[in-house]
Amino acid sequence: MAPSRISRTAKPEAPKKVRPEAPPEPPSFKRELLATLPSLRAFAVSLSGKHDKADDLVQDTVMKAWAKQTSFEMGTNLKAWLFTILRNEFYSQMRKRGREVQDSDGIFTERMSVHPSQYGAMDLADFKKALDALPDDQREAIILIGASGFSYEEAAEICNCAIGTMKSRVSRARTRLQAMLGVTGEADYGPDAVSAQVTTTPHFS
Amino acid sequence: MNQMTPARPRRSEDGLGPNSDIGAKLRALYGQVQDEGIPDKFLDLLEKLAEAEEKTDGAKQN
Repeated sequence: MAPSRISRTAKPEAPKKVRPEAPPEPPSFKRELLATLPSLRAFAVSLSGKHDKADDLVQDTVMKAWAKQTSFEMGTNLKAWLFTILRNEFYSQMRKRGREVQDSDGIFTERMSVHPSQYGAMDLADFKKALDALPDDQREAIILIGASGFSYEEAAEICNCAIGTMKSRVSRARTRLQAMLGVTGEADYGPDAVSAQVTTTPHFS
Repeated sequence: MNQMTPARPRRSEDGLGPNSDIGAKLRALYGQVQDEGIPDKFLDLLEKLAEAEEKTDGAKQN
């Protein structure tokens, strides 16, 4: 019975303004933008390392995208377009402000205590640290390919690099993560699967 | 029966497919944020942007 969080009409209060006519169907640009927001936020958190900054970034991206929507061709890849805007915005803000130190126990770690997944919290916290230790270009590459669901071609376009470059970044990121986590890859949960069972406290239930 | 189902071709080369520990953890982390849904402030923002656009469009027509 979870309420739909994507619903545009389910506002807690009645609208203040009386419209002269029935509101038109929302344009599909808005609808598609909404559908992409959860993934866009997750990408923003992975870039900025912090929830509040990520949401500022998403807000800037939404405003920019809205202002530029006439330059977007409906039917083409809105998700990739939005990710490109967000990524450009992030790096342009970083250049302006200078690199700030990322919170090593970022929000991912925080969330894990309230939202345990199939993995133990310790296990994912270690993984998050390893991910944070990657160079920026490798981290964003492996996230775009491994989690956001983009093809190499799309990810290369988002990061403004060649497809071969994207492939090599993902490959290097995977190799480094495997080395840091001491796993060998496919279906290898290594000793972590055992230690996670031992170290994860069962206070979630 | 067949536990060694091969990963889909597109993913098999990058080692981030369904059988990959790293791929699964990446998606678990990402999914934690993604599953939060859309904060109200973004719904409100889009509502306002759409309203502003309607007003502008209306002004243009008159």
